[in-house]
Amino acid sequence: MDSSGGYAVELKGIVKRFPGVIANDGIDLKIRRGEIHCLLGENGAGKTTLMRVLYGLYRPDEGEIILNSEPVQMTSPRAALDHHIGMVHQHFRLVPTLTVQENIILGLNEGTGPFMNFRKTREKILAIADKYGLLVDPQAKVWQLAVGQQQRVEILKALYRKVDILIMDEPTSVLTPQEVEQLFSTLRTLVDDGLTIIFITHKLDEVMEVSDRVTVLRKGKVVSTLPTAKADKTTLAKLMVGREVVFRLKKSPMKRREKILEVRNLYALNDRGFLALRGISFDLFGGEILSVAGVSGNGQNELAEVLTGLRKSTKGRIFLEKKEITNCSARDIDNLNVAHIPAERIRIGIVPALTISENLILKKYRSSRFSCKGFLNNKKIEENARCAMSNYQIAAPSYDTPIKLLSGGNIQKVILARELSENPRLIVAVHPTYGLDIGATEQVRKILLTQRERGAAILLISEDLEEIMTLSDRIMVLFNGEVMGILDAESADIGEIGLMMAGTRYEGEKL
Amino acid sequence: MRGRVNFKVERRPIASGFTVFLVSLFAILAALVVAGIFFQIYGVSPIRAYQLILRGSLGSIFGLTETIRRAIPLLLCGVGLTVAFRALFWNIGAEGQLLMGAVAAAGIALFSKLPDPLLLPAMFVGGFLGGAVWGLIPAILKVILGINDVITTLMLNYIAIYFVEWLIHGPWKGPSARGFAYSDTFPHAAWLPTIPGTRIHWPTLILGLVLAVMMYILINRTKSGFEIRVIGENPDAARYAGISQLKTTLLVMLISGGLAGLAGVGEIAGIHMRLLGPSHISMGYGYTAIIVAWLARCNPLAVVVTSLLFGVIMSGGDVIKVSLGLPFQLINVFNGLILLFLIGSEIFLRYKISFLRSLRR
Repeated sequence: MDSSGGYAVELKGIVKRFPGVIANDGIDLKIRRGEIHCLLGENGAGKTTLMRVLYGLYRPDEGEIILNSEPVQMTSPRAALDHHIGMVHQHFRLVPTLTVQENIILGLNEGTGPFMNFRKTREKILAIADKYGLLVDPQAKVWQLAVGQQQRVEILKALYRKVDILIMDEPTSVLTPQEVEQLFSTLRTLVDDGLTIIFITHKLDEVMEVSDRVTVLRKGKVVSTLPTAKADKTTLAKLMVGREVVFRLKKSPMKRREKILEVRNLYALNDRGFLALRGISFDLFGGEILSVAGVSGNGQNELAEVLTGLRKSTKGRIFLEKKEITNCSARDIDNLNVAHIPAERIRIGIVPALTISENLILKKYRSSRFSCKGFLNNKKIEENARCAMSNYQIAAPSYDTPIKLLSGGNIQKVILARELSENPRLIVAVHPTYGLDIGATEQVRKILLTQRERGAAILLISEDLEEIMTLSDRIMVLFNGEVMGILDAESADIGEIGLMMAGTRYEGEKL
Repeated sequence: MRGRVNFKVERRPIASGFTVFLVSLFAILAALVVAGIFFQIYGVSPIRAYQLILRGSLGSIFGLTETIRRAIPLLLCGVGLTVAFRALFWNIGAEGQLLMGAVAAAGIALFSKLPDPLLLPAMFVGGFLGGAVWGLIPAILKVILGINDVITTLMLNYIAIYFVEWLIHGPWKGPSARGFAYSDTFPHAAWLPTIPGTRIHWPTLILGLVLAVMMYILINRTKSGFEIRVIGENPDAARYAGISQLKTTLLVMLISGGLAGLAGVGEIAGIHMRLLGPSHISMGYGYTAIIVAWLARCNPLAVVVTSLLFGVIMSGGDVIKVSLGLPFQLINVFNGLILLFLIGSEIFLRYKISFLRSLRR
């Protein structure tokens, strides 16, 4: 080997600051050639930032990037590609209306003169796809592909550009357990062929299964780098969080009460006008948590939106405590005391420029508690905010701080405080802990369990199977807009759920 | 790295009021510098030109009153526009709404035969409604059919302009106008009182100031204002919170169009006393008010100040025409430059740029 001692990448003293946070605080990282190296850390530990620095999306404030013993300036993703570094982002960078092959050669100067040579491109793509088991039709339009296939396109895109180093940012979050297996086997083939892979994740099982070495990040710093063979889940978890982690939450036995929600044969379209829900039926009772599991994009978001009045159903009926609420407006449903914890908390759950106290009354400003003859009662609004901030331990300088200055966990607590303040009968919670650190996650889950104890009916939509197993009383699996089955959480088996997520119908007794 | 300017761009969480003021000030200064080039092209020293403009618009009682007179329609249109802009409705149509307000008021003044004391109040109500109707058309088109508001409001300006032209050349052409394209002069009861010796029609001025305060209270203290702010800052969250986009959009355009209509009433009942050519009624107040509202960062109270500033610029236009013999249109160049630099300077509100001293060992 050469003088670099077999390191494909060396990062030295990388510092990257954002207003109010140091995302990377003097990070040293050495990646060996031909290894799968996991970057493990909680959300906000600085993994993605670090890789964006390496990929040229961010410029570091301090520090050096060394490739093959030479310091390089990574000024843009193009510079990174020139150095044969590729990245598969968590949210894909594909043009949905173009075909697979068009996406793959996007930005490359292929063909002769102004003409493209699609036949040659296609042969090249198929050769690569064959070799690594990345089967996908080059002439299919990207929007027609399932998420797992789109990820293959992203990997093909990188391989087509002859990368030596492939960065994968949380690649498994959109896959079924079976697809994850397939991805791992592809990654192993790539490494056998001499590629180096940097794998960002916060899931301990994946680290143990796929990596050669692992670097744990916490709060922007490297805690440790160690060979996976010498690590185990408990140590890694401790390194990652900085304290002992309890994997179990205390949950009281379910006290099922009266039926709150009844959904019958529900159909709805997605934004593109295709059927997203195909005949969904289920019941939800007070005092229970019914989880909706499934690979993202199988109708979960549409279901939440139809239930909360943000999307019209095309067929079927919904009853809330025997009152029909099919296609009622969001306002009417809110007035019936239904809480909605939305999936994209910053995009739709809050108004970033407004203050904490204003966000806390986003729906309730109409009530006579906060207004009189059309005028807002600022005193009551402040009081409400003070109260919510202490009850939910929202950490912020003051109630009139713009909410966008808060951390993700605190933003979610503001949303919970707002949505749960009236003791709702039905709570629709979508990815309630997504992107939160372990501390905040624990708090949010505890809050949901308290609501369950109080007798609320909770529909929990999540892609985190661990969360589903921890919290739910029953698990409903969605695939392609259909219910594959509803299982009892006590006796449910992860493998069974995985199969259902991939489209196998549950054969056992109906719940 | 030697010899290179080293700087760092950082995102600013929130720009303070002082930063906003400073950045706006620099934008105006930059526009002044670039506009100076045009004076230079005409062979006039920019410094002398600016001196003349300032002296002409602020340095004498007459200049000052002319500045205030110009500021009145800018104030009314500008306050209305802040309300629309806060709800993300891009009303480029204040010019047309102003004209339609003038048309409605002129119709009442010329043909209504109302008793004298009721005439002026009826003209203000009619003017408000005229402007409001012209503002509600694009609002309905946007919310129900999804048609782009910039295009509809802009195009409706032309319809209003040619409608006024048609009226004064056709049905409303005054028998007493001796062949000119005017309507007849309004009856005296339809004339707004002015401060003696000036052209300041003070009832409209007071109306503008009161409405600025009212709109400030509306936006910041009321339920409707909360809905406007939520829609403006995050339309998706508004939908999630069950806020009706239709209702809010109709409300803001009722106000925005209505206030522009009131400005039209002031111009014809306070200055001209008849309906005449659209370019004589307005001189582009509806367009300039966009810059007025923008410079005020959509704060209705700040419009009081920014409308005065543009009053200075517009009466400065009279000065450069009279004293320097330059075209009045130079003012539009100047206004355009201010808007350009103002929008360009937004980046400095979102990002902080700090220069680093180069590290030399």
